[in-house]
Amino acid sequence: MEQKFQIVVLAKQVPDTRQVGRDAMTAEGTVNRAALPAIFNPEDLHALELALDLKSRIAGAEVRVLTMGPQRAAEIVREAMYRGADGGYLLSGREFAGSDTLATSYALACALRKVGADLVVAGRQAIDGDTAQVGPQVAEKLGWPQVTYAEQVVKVDGDRLQIRRRLAEGVEVVECPLPMVITVNESAPACRPRNAKRLMCYKLARTRSELLEEQSWVVERVEAMPELQIVELAAADIEPDMAQLGLAGSPTKVKRIENVVFQAKEAKRLTASDEELEALIVELMAAHTIG
Amino acid sequence: MKNLFVYIECEAGRVADVSLELLTKGRELSNRLGVRLEAVALGKGVAALQPLMADYGVDTLWVADDPLFEPFRTLPHTAVLTALIEREQPQIVLFGATCIGRDFAPRVSSALHSGLTADCTQLEIGDHSDPKSGKHYTDLLYQIRPAFGGNIIATIINPDHRPQMATVREGVMLRATAAEKGAAEVREIAWREALSDSDLAVKIIEREVAERKIDIKGAAIVVAGGYGVGSKENFALLHELAEVLGGEVGASRAAVDAGFAEAERQIGQTGVTVRPKLYIACGISGQIQHTAGMDQSAMVISINTDPDAPMTRLADYAITGRVEEVVPKLIQFYKKNSK
Ligand SMILES: Cc1cc2nc3c(=O)[nH]c(=O)nc-3n(C[C@H](O)[C@H](O)[C@H](O)COP(=O)(O)OP(=O)(O)OC[C@H]3O[C@@H](n4cnc5c(N)ncnc54)[C@H](O)[C@@H]3O)c2cc1C
Repeated sequence: MEQKFQIVVLAKQVPDTRQVGRDAMTAEGTVNRAALPAIFNPEDLHALELALDLKSRIAGAEVRVLTMGPQRAAEIVREAMYRGADGGYLLSGREFAGSDTLATSYALACALRKVGADLVVAGRQAIDGDTAQVGPQVAEKLGWPQVTYAEQVVKVDGDRLQIRRRLAEGVEVVECPLPMVITVNESAPACRPRNAKRLMCYKLARTRSELLEEQSWVVERVEAMPELQIVELAAADIEPDMAQLGLAGSPTKVKRIENVVFQAKEAKRLTASDEELEALIVELMAAHTIG
Repeated sequence: MKNLFVYIECEAGRVADVSLELLTKGRELSNRLGVRLEAVALGKGVAALQPLMADYGVDTLWVADDPLFEPFRTLPHTAVLTALIEREQPQIVLFGATCIGRDFAPRVSSALHSGLTADCTQLEIGDHSDPKSGKHYTDLLYQIRPAFGGNIIATIINPDHRPQMATVREGVMLRATAAEKGAAEVREIAWREALSDSDLAVKIIEREVAERKIDIKGAAIVVAGGYGVGSKENFALLHELAEVLGGEVGASRAAVDAGFAEAERQIGQTGVTVRPKLYIACGISGQIQHTAGMDQSAMVISINTDPDAPMTRLADYAITGRVEEVVPKLIQFYKKNSK
C-alpha cells in the first residue's frame, strides 16, 4: 500500500467581525453576536489552499481539516471538503469552553497526536481574536519547528520544505525539516472555490451527533460511505490532562470588557466657505499647531 | 521575582522603536512595582547596546552576543529566552507585537505554560479579587487590548501564572529616555547550554528586506485620506497639503484597498498607530478599526460631506464639505498667511 502523508489544516469558524456595522451593535454599544454570520476564518482558507497545493505535489498526501468548536462548526469541515479536502475532524465538548490560546493549543495538539499528522497548516490568526498564538503554541506542544507568515511552499525536497515567508520589511525563504507547523499569511494565494461535483457528493457529510437528527435514508447513506463521516472527537477521545483544558487550563482571564465608546468631543462646525477656512488656518498658525 | 524583562528586537545593531517604547513603559512599571528593569538582547554585537540601554534606565542588559542569533530564527531565540526566564524568574516579560514578537512569544509562553496577551495597547498595574475563590491578588499586570475586530476593549490578567507576558503594538506607547540613567550592567546569558542541535534545524536560504521607505509613525502632522477622497489623483492634493505643512500622508484601509495609497500608509488596527499633534481626516468615516490607530492625536480636523460621520465625534473641527474643494483652499490660505 502507498505510504500516506497526512496534512492536517487547523480551521476555525468565526463570527464575521468585519460585518460589525451599525446594525450589529446594540443600542448599548455591545456586539450583537447573533447578528453576525459565522464564516470560515479567512486566513484558514489560505491555509487550506496551501495544503491542497501540497497534496498535488507530495505522493500519497491527504488533506484533513481539524476544527474545535460547537456542533455547527462541522460546516467548516464540509466547506473544506467542497473545496478539495479529503475529510475532517470536529473537536467538540463542554470541557473546551472558555479556553484561551494556550488551552486551545493544548487540546489541538492532543487531537493531532491522536489522529496523526505529518504536517500541520493553519491560518496566521483568526479574525475574532487576532492573537496569532495558536499556530506557534501547537508547534511547541508537539515539539515541532514552526514557519509563520508563509506565502508559498517553493520546494518539496524529500523530508524538507522550502517556504517563502512574508515579513514586515520583505521576504525570506527558509528550509525546514518535516514534521512542522506552517501558519499562512493573508498574502498567500486565495483558496480555490467550491467544486460543484464535490458539493453534490459531500453535502451529506455528517458528524455522529448530526446523524441523530437526520432521516433514516441519510443515516444509511452516511453509514455506508466512510468518506461522508466527519470524525467527531470528544475530550475523552484525545486523552488529555483534564486540568489543562478549558477555563481551568487557561492562565489568562478576562477581567473586564468595555465597549468602545468615543468620548464625544463637541466639534466646532465649519462650512467650506473661504472665510471660515481661512479663519481656521489663521487660528492654527497662531496656536503654532501648524507653521 | 524582582525583575521585569523587555525583549530587545535588534537587527544589524539597530534597535526596533517598539523595544524602546517598551523600555519606557517597562521603567514606569518597574518603578511602580519596585523591581529591576532588565533588557534581553540576542544577536551580533548586542553588548554594544549598553549606552543606549543605560539611557532608557535599564538595570541589567542580558546578552547572547553571537552571529548565530541573527537574522532572527524562532527556535534558538525561544530556547535561550525560555531558559533565561526559568532561571531568573521575572514577573513580567514584554515583547513588541512585531513579526518577530508575534512569532516566538507564543512559543515561549507555551514552553513556560504561562499566559500571553497579544497586541496590547495599554499596560497598567492593579489588583484583582476572584469572585469565585475569594482570592485577592495585588499588583497584577493589566493587559489591555482591543478585541473582536476592535469593537471591544478587553482587560486580561494572569492571576496564577508567572511570568505575565504580553506583546505590545508598535507606536502606541510613548518613547522617552529615563529621568535617571540605569547601570545597564551587561551580563552574558549561558546560551550554549540552552541550545540543542534540533534548535538549529531551520535554515534561512534567502532573505530580502528593505528599509521602511515610508514611515508615518513619527510625523507631527498627518493628513489622512479615506475612500471619500475618491481617486489616486485626488490623493495628490493630500500629498501637497502634507508637504506644505511639513507632515506625512496616511490612509484608511478602504483607501489602501482602492489603490489610492500604499499599504505602509494605513492607519488603524491592522496598520500603524500615530499620535500626531494634528490629524486631518479627509473623507474618512471614522470606523473603530481606523480610529484605534489615531484616537490619541492631540487635535483632529475632519473633512467630510456627511456632517454626522462618526469621525466628527473625535474631531475638534468638523468641516462639512468635499475634499477636492476644501483641501486646495487650505493649501491656498496656508501659503497666503505664512508669507
Ligand atoms: C479586522 C478589521 C481590521 C481593520 N483594520 C483597519 C485599519 O487598520 N485601518 C482602517 O482604516 N480600516 C480598517 N478596517 C476597515 C474599517 O472597518 C473601515 O471599513 C475603513 O476604515 C473605512 O474606510 P473609510 O473611512 O476610508 O471609508 P468609508 O467608510 O467608505 O468612508 C468614506 C467617507 O468619505 C465621505 N466622503 C465621500 N465622498 C466625499 C468627498 N467628496 N469629500 C469628503 N468626504 C467624502 C463619506 O461621507 C464617508 O464618511 C478594518 C476592518 C476590520 C474588520
